[in-house]
Amino acid sequence: MKKSKFSVLALLMAIMLILAACNGGSKETSNEKEGGSGDSAKSKVLNVNNSSEPGSLHPANAQGTHESWILEHTFEGLTKKTEEGKIVPGAAESWEISDDGLKWTFKLKDGLKWSNGDPLTANDFEYAWKYALKPETAADYAYQLYYLKGGEAYNSNKGKEEDVGVKATDDLTLEVTLEQPTPYFLDLTSFYTFYPIDKKVQEENPKWALDAKTHVSNGPFKLTEWKHKESLKIEKNENYYDKDKIKLDAVNFALIEDENTAWQMYQSGELDIAYPLPVDVQGQLVNSGDKEFNNGAELAVYYYNFNTKVKPFNNAKVRKALSMAIEREKITENVAQGGQKPAFGVVPPGIPDATGDFQENTGNLFEENVAEAKKLLKEGLAEEGMKELPDFSILYNTLDSHKKIAEAVQGMWRDNLGVEVTLENAEFQVKLDREKAGDFEISRAGWVGDYVDPMTFMLWETDGAYNDAGWSNKEYDSLLKEAKSTMEPKERMAALHKAEKVMIDEMPILPVYFYTKPYMVKSNVTGVYAPINAYPNFIYADKK
Amino acid sequence: MIGVITMLRYTLNRFKWAIITLWAVITLTFIIMHTIPGNPFAKEGAMPPAVYENLQVHYGLDKPLLTQYGNYLLEVVQFDFGPSLKSSSISVNDYILKGFPVSLHLGAQALVIAIFFGLILGVVASLKRNKWPDYLSMVIAIVGISVPNFILATILINYFAIKWHIFPVATWATWQHTILPSIALSMMPLAFIARLMRTSMLEVMGQDYILTAKAKGLKRSGVIIKHAIRNALLPIITILGILTANIVTGSFIIERIFGIPGMGDMFVKGISNRDYPVILGSTIVYSAVLILLIFIVDIAYTLIDPRIKVTGEKK
Repeated sequence: MKKSKFSVLALLMAIMLILAACNGGSKETSNEKEGGSGDSAKSKVLNVNNSSEPGSLHPANAQGTHESWILEHTFEGLTKKTEEGKIVPGAAESWEISDDGLKWTFKLKDGLKWSNGDPLTANDFEYAWKYALKPETAADYAYQLYYLKGGEAYNSNKGKEEDVGVKATDDLTLEVTLEQPTPYFLDLTSFYTFYPIDKKVQEENPKWALDAKTHVSNGPFKLTEWKHKESLKIEKNENYYDKDKIKLDAVNFALIEDENTAWQMYQSGELDIAYPLPVDVQGQLVNSGDKEFNNGAELAVYYYNFNTKVKPFNNAKVRKALSMAIEREKITENVAQGGQKPAFGVVPPGIPDATGDFQENTGNLFEENVAEAKKLLKEGLAEEGMKELPDFSILYNTLDSHKKIAEAVQGMWRDNLGVEVTLENAEFQVKLDREKAGDFEISRAGWVGDYVDPMTFMLWETDGAYNDAGWSNKEYDSLLKEAKSTMEPKERMAALHKAEKVMIDEMPILPVYFYTKPYMVKSNVTGVYAPINAYPNFIYADKK
Repeated sequence: MIGVITMLRYTLNRFKWAIITLWAVITLTFIIMHTIPGNPFAKEGAMPPAVYENLQVHYGLDKPLLTQYGNYLLEVVQFDFGPSLKSSSISVNDYILKGFPVSLHLGAQALVIAIFFGLILGVVASLKRNKWPDYLSMVIAIVGISVPNFILATILINYFAIKWHIFPVATWATWQHTILPSIALSMMPLAFIARLMRTSMLEVMGQDYILTAKAKGLKRSGVIIKHAIRNALLPIITILGILTANIVTGSFIIERIFGIPGMGDMFVKGISNRDYPVILGSTIVYSAVLILLIFIVDIAYTLIDPRIKVTGEKK
């Protein structure tokens, strides 16, 4: 009896010890934290959420928003973009373009420095671009540099490094030769694959980008802390040429994957910017007039692929009928809920035309019309020798928001056309596999532009890498060729407008909406803006 | 002395089988993960063939599968689980070395809560059968099992963090940060243990030896603690092995909601990204933990139930 009482007591003691040990272990860190927040009361520290651990903070190996958001604030390319989307000099001071659009000469600002004090020269750009193209680097985004003459050949082991069209003729001059005229090359030079890297550091320590202690950058901020899977911190770079305009002392990046948690942290004041927002929160905020709410444009379109190699979707009338029979506004207002814009074309708003906005100048390339859709469906099916649509399905990658949209489309086709479609969800990887194999009738897709030019949305070239619809049209192909051969904005844009129209007339895809970028910024934070193809930018932000 | 030698031989024998089991797990996982559709570099967008080729070469995925398998085994023997195909900044070893202690810390706290309160609830319920403490315990247990932990987590955050400001919403910095996720994670095992303990206790209480003990005139508390609880613990110990393995290797959902840098996401993300080394690494860690815990459970049996003995001899 006594013995068992003792053992129960011992057990309790043990539990308490474990608990005490757990607490004791973290106490030190808690003190550290308190000390840290004492400092931040005086200095200006912004708290944001990067959503996920960056895969790499080396400009050549970065491949997505989890990396680019940090890189955009720690590096600077030859050019950069203003709040209005205008391209202005970054590390470059000025540039000249040859008449044929093939030779670009950039003059660098004098006296530029890396965050470690090393001088930044044109050599660092040449070295960085060639490094990203080197096959052994295995850079995902190497193809962003295929615009350089000999870039693709070098990256595919078919050409030599010396033949790549980038050369530093002296410390301040960078000569770039392109494969073909590329009017949007200036836009590309602000993209992260085009950032410079410190040649000296890379050669001495190839692993410099893996650790905050050895990380070297040339932008407004520098990386000072990287706790893997926990948080990152960037601080003002005193060696940045424009440092007087930078008001923030530091920015903390949390790595919270769950959007709802991030939103709750924003509400409790642990974050100053909330992006991306959970769908239902977007819905509540979008028409609320909340002063902290912002809704920027996004360079992306949501659409459905038709498999144009499968009967009856090889028939343009059938495809058009299905596209004309859905009500996009209902989808954006009641389902997607982020203030998205119904898409009646494929190039989203916010891309400059020769004059004005490309999408605005295009207007709607088709209209929703149920009566016309019914007629077209009947005609199309008759042409294919069919009485009614066979069994078909919408294939989408498993995600609640895609499911809701597919359900809405299903309902609209049922009500408007009397057509029954089944919904089929698959894991993302499986969906990609089936699309490549042509094993689908209709599949969900989205495209985010790589650069701000309509060309990035011209994906339906015959055998194009992202032409999952399997569509082929000679006129479309030749219009793209025409656009690619000239630097003359008017001609180019005219050809691109025409190409978009040719494509939409045949409707190999069903555009649904243009994405938006809804985000929240606390009212005591100013100077945050959202470039069309990037996360909200806070380089010039201030916090009261 | 003989006991120690038997024990040692038993342990060695188990260790041998553990290695064989792990090898089988690696081989099966390797075959299955290369059979499922998809590949680690697939993206929703264009990837030029040259870029794809460079990536394959860089990670050695261009070699024949058998060579890859052989290389992998060689690496694993040296405790090198390879790089993550999705991140050049963090290897699978980093993933495990950084994530496992965090998951273990969180899991241990959750388990302590679950076992402590689970046992109390279960015992009280069985002793006050069909009275209000029983009903109350079982309501708690049913809620714990039927309410998914992500809902519980959200409710906890909403009240304790946002409304009352007692604890922070998320992240893993101080001990205050660990309280809410520990509670959220503990509810399910707590409920499970409570229900099992109640059933087990009721069964034991009906046994003859309890009647005998009572007849001998032992005090009620003595009968309950020394005879009833001790015997009723056996089924709990059995499930505790698997339960612990599941909890200490991290919960994807809880870690995601609270932004905890554990290793729970390895299991899910490894698969969805087709990140082969991550899939293998997480499977190996989980199997190793499970094997170890089952071994501990077997040893624990002998401590609690004198009828069970370990032997090192082959049967």
